[in-house]
Amino acid sequence: MTYILKPKMHHPELPANARGFTRRDYEGRVSTLCAGCGHDSISAAIVQAAFELDIEPHRLAKMSGIGCSSKTPDYFLGQSHGFNSVHGRMPSVLTGANLANRDLIYLGVSGDGDSASIGLGQFAHSIRRGVNMCYIVENNGVYGLTKGQFSATSDKGSKSKKGVENTESGIDLVALALQLGATYVGRSFSGDKAQLVPLIKGALSHHGPAVLDVVSPCVAFNNHAGSTKSFDYVREHNDAVNRLDVILGRAPITADYAPGTVTEVIQHDGSTLRLRKLEESYDATNRIGAMNYLQERHAAGEIVTGLLFVDPDATDLHDRLGTMERPLNTLGTKDLTPGAAALAKINEGLR
Amino acid sequence: MPEQVKAAPLSATNDFVVKFANVNGSGSASANGLFAKAIIRMGVPVAARNIFPSNIQGLPTWYEVRVSEAGHLGRRGGVDIAVALNPQTWDDDVAEIVPGGYLFYDSTRPMPASKFRTDITVIGVPLTTICNVAYKLPRERQLFKNIAYVGALSWLIGIDTEVVEKVLAEEFASKAKLIGANVQAFNLGRNWAKENLKPIGLQLRHADAVGNRIFVEGNNAAALGAVYGGATVCAWYPITPSTSVAEAFMSYCEDLRTNEDGSKRYAIVQAEDEIASIGIVVGAGWNGARSFTCTSGPGISLMNEFIGLSYFAEIPAVIFDVQRGGPSTGMPTRTQQSDLLLAAYASHGDTKHIMLLPADPGECFEMGATAFDLADRFQTTVFVMLDLDIGMQEWLVEPFKWDDKRQIDRGKVMTYEELEAGKEFGRYMDVDHDGIPYRTYPGTHPTRGAFFTRGTSRNRAAGYSEKGVDYQYNMERLLAKFATAARAVPAPVMRPAKKKTKKGVIYFGSTTPAMHEALEALEANGHHLDAMRVRAFPFPQEVFDFIHAHDEVFLVEQNRDAQLRTLVVTEGGIDPAKLVPVLHYDGAPITARFLIDAIGKRMSAANPIREMAE
Repeated sequence: MTYILKPKMHHPELPANARGFTRRDYEGRVSTLCAGCGHDSISAAIVQAAFELDIEPHRLAKMSGIGCSSKTPDYFLGQSHGFNSVHGRMPSVLTGANLANRDLIYLGVSGDGDSASIGLGQFAHSIRRGVNMCYIVENNGVYGLTKGQFSATSDKGSKSKKGVENTESGIDLVALALQLGATYVGRSFSGDKAQLVPLIKGALSHHGPAVLDVVSPCVAFNNHAGSTKSFDYVREHNDAVNRLDVILGRAPITADYAPGTVTEVIQHDGSTLRLRKLEESYDATNRIGAMNYLQERHAAGEIVTGLLFVDPDATDLHDRLGTMERPLNTLGTKDLTPGAAALAKINEGLR
Repeated sequence: MPEQVKAAPLSATNDFVVKFANVNGSGSASANGLFAKAIIRMGVPVAARNIFPSNIQGLPTWYEVRVSEAGHLGRRGGVDIAVALNPQTWDDDVAEIVPGGYLFYDSTRPMPASKFRTDITVIGVPLTTICNVAYKLPRERQLFKNIAYVGALSWLIGIDTEVVEKVLAEEFASKAKLIGANVQAFNLGRNWAKENLKPIGLQLRHADAVGNRIFVEGNNAAALGAVYGGATVCAWYPITPSTSVAEAFMSYCEDLRTNEDGSKRYAIVQAEDEIASIGIVVGAGWNGARSFTCTSGPGISLMNEFIGLSYFAEIPAVIFDVQRGGPSTGMPTRTQQSDLLLAAYASHGDTKHIMLLPADPGECFEMGATAFDLADRFQTTVFVMLDLDIGMQEWLVEPFKWDDKRQIDRGKVMTYEELEAGKEFGRYMDVDHDGIPYRTYPGTHPTRGAFFTRGTSRNRAAGYSEKGVDYQYNMERLLAKFATAARAVPAPVMRPAKKKTKKGVIYFGSTTPAMHEALEALEANGHHLDAMRVRAFPFPQEVFDFIHAHDEVFLVEQNRDAQLRTLVVTEGGIDPAKLVPVLHYDGAPITARFLIDAIGKRMSAANPIREMAE
């Protein structure tokens, strides 16, 4: 980590986005993670995605639990409210925040210990509940802050830095998310920014539970031979099924693609997900197909990446609850307190 | 059974205790409810307590009705009329009857003489035979047997049949066919009794002692309080005895918070567990919605980590804790006041929390609403400590009141305009010297007022800091905030003795009606006590002043370890020797007779000569 303060000045001609913000406006404090940590690449991808999406920083809330990954919200989007909550419980805090104000964008950042071990229940229930969120798991298969214990996403048979073999089955969060009804599911690699940034953009603009499992090697404790979450291993076994472009508004297709290789999905907010197939047979709008493909490739030792599933007709928790459009946190006494006359009627019914 | 001395049959008007012993799931609840409601409609105050098992069907259940024109609505202790309809509990039910009392039973099957007592009046009504003759369907025979015993009792103790018919008509207003059927069953029992039995010494007569009071459960009242308090987010997990708080909130919101287009001005989530429930509450509170959860002791245990976060990160949350017998899963369907220490100091590290201690459903409503103002004002968790006796029993209380001028108090929230005008914002700065900092809701201002919330140490501007001085400043400020809260929470209610005395008694919550009855009786015996009902933690200064003003203070609680006493000693530096614990914790609500006995004995022993001299 570096200990110098980040300078506040920046080049006066830095390009600005449609809202007038430069990329620097989406940065946070200097990271305190290890040099080369995959998580810092994800933070950079989040900055890039938010900049390109023209998000007003204060209209996004960043939530996390506890762990190396959960520290990162301090390192991006410094002008957004952030909440570094309780280990494994980010999903419930995010759910509550979302119920209070449905107008903000909710970015949940978690890790494999936070989401697959202590927080597996909340991970699962927030997804099946349909919370509108972008849920990023920075997945390194290891506990960093406590120095190198296996996490629940470590593959069976993979080895720790000390050479100990993991004898427990790994949890595949992407497979779980698909089964639980997530309406936007992707997997990526912190070392592939070109793939990751559009996946985050798509997730941030998705209306419903969007889950991204981002394999993010831990340079300190899980980047050795025998690890299945190392830079080398992921690069060698990466099976990307598609390339995603996220287009704001609806721009026509300009590039030349071979027929049948491009799928477009229009999202709730008007953005378009343009999917260019790398794997011909792969259909990202088929949940069951995605689950099968994932299992087959996993058995063959491959890590499937890309936008694995998207439901263009996704709904969220508010749709299901029938909550009013206006955020609940803006309601005042007049909207909420039924008054003395209504109370007199209630009293009458209790006699 | 031992030989009993003959006792004169009890004789009283509008003042007795009836206890029904039934089998869970047999349909007795509505018949017993009809019995209580009819007496209230005769203008006679009633306290009804459903004593039930953790079971759906088959285990014993009781319904105890205290009839008291004088208005004593706590449990008295002892049973004057036992309606013994459950063979499983026969022996205990018969044993509980006071000498001179009455035993009402189904005499269809003959019972050996050894199963009865000679010092009570035994009244047999062949309920099964009567109903088997009148009804063909087994289900009808069972259900109408319940109404039939109410009919027989109505003859014996003088319940007005017109009143019963009116109550039945209201009850089944939407199912008119059932009115006639129930009236018929009622008369079946009543007519049999009229032909074969004489009215007993315990009688009812019309009175005017109910006034415009309402009959309501505390959980229902607390939920209504949450509606009036402006709660918009409720996250909960089912647990007895708190479940009906969430269910009542749902039902009230449907009626009172639905827009014309059908959209809702509230959100309710049944979470996967108590941890998620409080997580959702904290998330919503952080984001500016009034939110609450309802649970019982085991749920509070699970919520501990989040409660600490709420305290330290300063996020409003309201928790209704409907206390039951502990520890562990304890006695889930029985009452206790045994979560006080758990709630007051919940979580790791140095933590303290505001608790409100309602005494009845009326206060559940009032405090249910106030809790949200306090949570916002102090940016912390506020507990509303009900217990099963208040929460799940119907109490006769003054009608709910609301002042239409009352406005929701959101506490110190910096607005867009203030931020825009350049007002200084530091999340954890004590600008007003009351320990309470300002906060901002996410999304308020594009460039000002954003901060990073964390459970770890931070400086006044919410920046991460592990400096001892920053940490200590913050912890001291939290203490100062708690001291401010002691001046804002509901003050204790004083009930001075009629004669000057150096003895006092402190009580709280559901103990209140039994305590008041006991105080009257003790006074009649020459034992004078100044009484104080504590209503909140942190304790306002008056609580300690009261103790200092007396030589000896009884502290009445429904738990084993004298938990309120521990709080008083710890927070007020009080000499424990001065505080005499009076503890009742068998799972049944405390009784007036227990209090009269426990306090009376101690006062007689301590002061025999002075009492005589006076």
